[in-house]
Amino acid sequence: MFGDFDFKIIVESLPFLWEGMQTTFLLTVVAIIGGIILGTLLALSRLSGFKPLAFIAGSYVNFFRSMPLILVIFWFYFLVPLVLGRPVGGFYSVLVAFVLFEAAYYCEIIRAGVQSVRPDQIYAGQALGLRYSQNMRYIVLPQAFRNMIPILLTQAIILFQDTSLVYVVGIKDFLVSADLVANRENRVLELFVTVAIVYFVLCLAGSLFVRRLQRSYAL
Amino acid sequence: MIDISKVSKWYGEFQVLDQCSTRIAKGEVVVVCGPSGSGKSTLIKCVNGLELFQRGEITVDGTSVGAKGTNLPVLRSKIGMVFQNFELFPHISVIDNIKLAQIKVLGRDEGEAAENGLGLLRRVGLDEQAYKYPAQLSGGQQQRVAIARALAMDPIAMLFDEPTSALDPEMINEVLDVMVELASDGMTMMVVTHEMGFARKVADRVVFMDEGRIEEDCTKDEFFGAPRGERAQSFLSKILQH
Ligand SMILES: Nc1ncnc2c1ncn2[C@@H]1O[C@H](COP(=O)(O)OP(=O)(O)O)[C@@H](O)[C@H]1O
Ligand SMILES: [Mg+2]
Repeated sequence: MFGDFDFKIIVESLPFLWEGMQTTFLLTVVAIIGGIILGTLLALSRLSGFKPLAFIAGSYVNFFRSMPLILVIFWFYFLVPLVLGRPVGGFYSVLVAFVLFEAAYYCEIIRAGVQSVRPDQIYAGQALGLRYSQNMRYIVLPQAFRNMIPILLTQAIILFQDTSLVYVVGIKDFLVSADLVANRENRVLELFVTVAIVYFVLCLAGSLFVRRLQRSYAL
Repeated sequence: MIDISKVSKWYGEFQVLDQCSTRIAKGEVVVVCGPSGSGKSTLIKCVNGLELFQRGEITVDGTSVGAKGTNLPVLRSKIGMVFQNFELFPHISVIDNIKLAQIKVLGRDEGEAAENGLGLLRRVGLDEQAYKYPAQLSGGQQQRVAIARALAMDPIAMLFDEPTSALDPEMINEVLDVMVELASDGMTMMVVTHEMGFARKVADRVVFMDEGRIEEDCTKDEFFGAPRGERAQSFLSKILQH
């Protein structure tokens, strides 16, 4: 079975796979940034003393956390064009789905991060005359994010893997590109071994980086 | 300057402050002592509105802390506070700790805030540490920075909540020295501490708290000399044994 393992086909398809990988990276990066921004807003809403806002944010989080990602991807693929009244292309629909979905998880991470800041730090900011928003921005959130770096990176690694689910709506990410080549060239083994190795190496590198960070900063 | 009148506070069913009253005149130094859990931290935090209270009134420089219309951030910016565990902001440098509220709250510009900050650091003997991070300093140094940070706001009064109880013994004096100097400069001070040496040296009055009540409120000489309540006596004898 491994006797005719064709390395040439891997090398030849690299440029094509790289295009797919760019889509995967783009999805991951946008979902992380968008998810963190929206997640921060959700976390601040949940933590605010304003009950209706806290309730809405809480419901949002619970809703998305009880939905399988794959279902959310499907929905948005059909829903976003309907809402906007025009076709937007699967990629943008999926992007929206990922940002909204990830935000629910980032919200909970950030909420825990904010609560990890010692109450006396918050008192200290208040005692200097900082308003609530200033205290959040200059004192609490910077410390919260620093405490959260390892878990944020871990979440990013999971997200990077989860983006492969976009194959269900035919977005040409890294995995789908490999699948196309595999079928066209009838080289399933070569391509899927390559895919596995690439995912494994990237995620392992990410995990090792997180662990080093944790050790050197005692996070 | 600080007028505390019949303040009561509950955490649910539990009454943490019971009809507490005392006044601190301008330039006066009042030491607050009492057993752990007697409500000292809670009372001092009520003075600048970090804790809310249900009954009574506190006014600072004529402004009622508990009143609805009071702009608490503005009031707090005029009252310096020093905490047991320093509470320097760990993610920014020493000088940035001192500049932050000057810029964001008082609207001073960078240069002015830095100059003022460096001057205060010199005053507490730490101008060479300005660009270090809090974690690089000893406890005593951190607490002196915290005092400088509070002074940078040009406060009309200073609150201290056990400023030396988290320090190694050899660092206590460097902090107390700064506080003594501050007192002799005429700063109005409310100081929760068990450092009776400090109380003897600079306090005008001593307040003794027990179970949420102010049990003694007298001049330093009365407190250390004349007969007084049983609780205060046994507390004092325990403290002075150390
Ligand atoms: N957030 C809180 N909720 C409930 N009880 C509290 C809270 N903070 C303080 N207490 C209680 O109030 C009492 C007084 O606390 P504190 O003011 O910190 O005392 P002290 O500073 O004199 O040691 C203690 O019994 C403490 O357990
Ligand atoms: Mg206390």
